[in-house]
Formats: sequence, C-alpha cells, structure tokens
Amino acid sequence: MRFVKGFGQFWYDFIIGDDWKIAAAVVAALAVTLVVVLAGVSAAGAAIAGGVLLLLFFVASVLIDVRS
Amino acid sequence: MTGATWGLVASTFAASFVEFVEALTIVLAMGVTRGWRSAIAGTVAALVALTAFTAAAGYALGTWLPESLLQLVVGTLLLIFGLQWLRKAVLRSSGLKAMHDEEEEYAAQTEAARQATRQSRFGIDTFAFVVSFKGVFLEGVEVVFVVITFGLSAANMPAAIGGAAVAGLLVLIAGVILHRPLAAIPENALKYGVGLLLASFGAYWAVEGLGVFTQSGESLEWPGGDWAILALIACWLLTSRLLVKVLPRLKPEVAR
Repeated sequence: MRFVKGFGQFWYDFIIGDDWKIAAAVVAALAVTLVVVLAGVSAAGAAIAGGVLLLLFFVASVLIDVRS
Repeated sequence: MTGATWGLVASTFAASFVEFVEALTIVLAMGVTRGWRSAIAGTVAALVALTAFTAAAGYALGTWLPESLLQLVVGTLLLIFGLQWLRKAVLRSSGLKAMHDEEEEYAAQTEAARQATRQSRFGIDTFAFVVSFKGVFLEGVEVVFVVITFGLSAANMPAAIGGAAVAGLLVLIAGVILHRPLAAIPENALKYGVGLLLASFGAYWAVEGLGVFTQSGESLEWPGGDWAILALIACWLLTSRLLVKVLPRLKPEVAR
C-alpha cells in the first residue's frame, strides 16, 4: 500500500507539479479545442483556436493563482 | 551540420542542462550530508530505472500508439512542464516569487538531510538513496520527454540525444570538479527560454494530436506547417511579457 501511495505521489509530483491549475488549464483548453474539432471546423481553424485557447487558459490560471 | 540541427542540439542542450543541474544539486546535498555511497547508489539505481523506462516507453509509444495519439500524449505532457516553467519565470520576473537559487536549494536540501533520521539497509542510508533516486529519476524523465519531442519533430534523434548527453557530461564534470552547486548558471533565464520552447512545441503537438479523435484519425495540420512553431513561440513570449507587466499591479504589496 505504501508503495502504491508513493508511486501515485511520484507521478502526481511529476505531471501536476506544484500548481494543479496549469494542468487543469491545459486539459480544459484541449477539451474545448476537441469540441471545436468535432464540430466540423476546418483543421487549420481548429488548430488556431487550440493555440488561442491554450494562451487564454494559461493567462486565466496565472491570474487566479496571483489573486488567490 | 545545418542551422536547424544546431538549433535542435542547442534546444535539447539548454533544456537538459537545467534538469541535470537540479539533479546534481540534490545528489550533492545528499552526498555531502549523508554519505557519497548512498547518494551514488541512488543515482545509479535511478539511471538504470531511467534506461528501462525509456526503452519500455519508447517501444510502447513507437509500436502501439498511432502517431497522432503519441503527439497528443507527449505534447500534453510537454505543455504542462513548459507552462509550469513559464508560470514560475513570469512570477519571478514580475517580482512575485523569489528567484530560484541553487545555493538556497542546496542549503534547504542539506538541512532536511541533517534532520532526517538515519535508517540503513544493506549498508545504504535509505534517506540519501531515496532522495537521490527520486531527484535523478524525476529530472531524467523530463529530459527523456524533451529529447523525444525535439528529436522526433526535427526527425533527428541522434542530434537531440547528443545535445542532452553533452549537457549531462558537462554538469557531471563540473559537479566532480567543484563539489558544490552550480550557482553561477543563469538558471532563471535558461528556464524562461526553455519554458517558451516546451510550451510552443507542446501546443503544436498536442493540438495536432487531437486529430486522433476524428474519423480519419490523422493529425491536424497547422496553417504554415512547421512555421507555426515560430508563431507559437512569439505568442507565448508576448503573452508572458504582458503578464510580467500586468501582474505586479494586481499584487503591488508583494511585488519587489
């Protein structure tokens, strides 16, 4: 059990790090981009939307971090 | 070598250099305070585990995953690493977070090592072994992802591995000669630059990889192809500079 807990903690530290909001922002931005992709928007349009969404979600996560 | 290859080597060199410096700081702190035998044993065990992880992950990624899913997985991880670095760089540049200092990190690690109770197994100090192992493995896995991404995107894996290997060798030699943390390295500036690169490559790949969910399963194409990476770097740089300007106004009592 201790090994499983340590193993889980290792991967949490590795992937999520010290600010979970960054990982949440990345996943949320990609999820919204996927909705755009599945809605039938052209590949180029979806790619640009993905880039813009990642920028916006990153800014939002940093602002939330600083204001909290 | 072409300019692009030199750029690839420089990118993997810079990214790997920062990771190796962090791993070295941890191993040095354990070696000095708890004994070199246990610190080196932890480092060697981590390198063996890292080799096995790289071989297994490389085989699994290359054999079982379609290209677009590989791009999505590796791109998402790179994005998270890169944006965490960029966030810290922005907070440091805007005075909301203290600059990372390897000497301070070294002092904190050695203090923690001195206070930890001593438990030995097979003549190896468990604390020094585990901390060294974790430090080297954690930083090493990040290097592996950086090498895979830059190497695959430039279709030149040997150059990417070469850049990382030279960085590892230089840090190792410096550590052996100096026996103290490499505080003179402009780590914050390096991390800012590497954060921009990782975030840009990560965004490029992760978005391309979303194509795995379409009917064709093919990667999405960015307008302009690989040139979109340059546009992404410019966008992340601009956004981070804007944040550096704006953030101190939100918390003037903390900003220095």
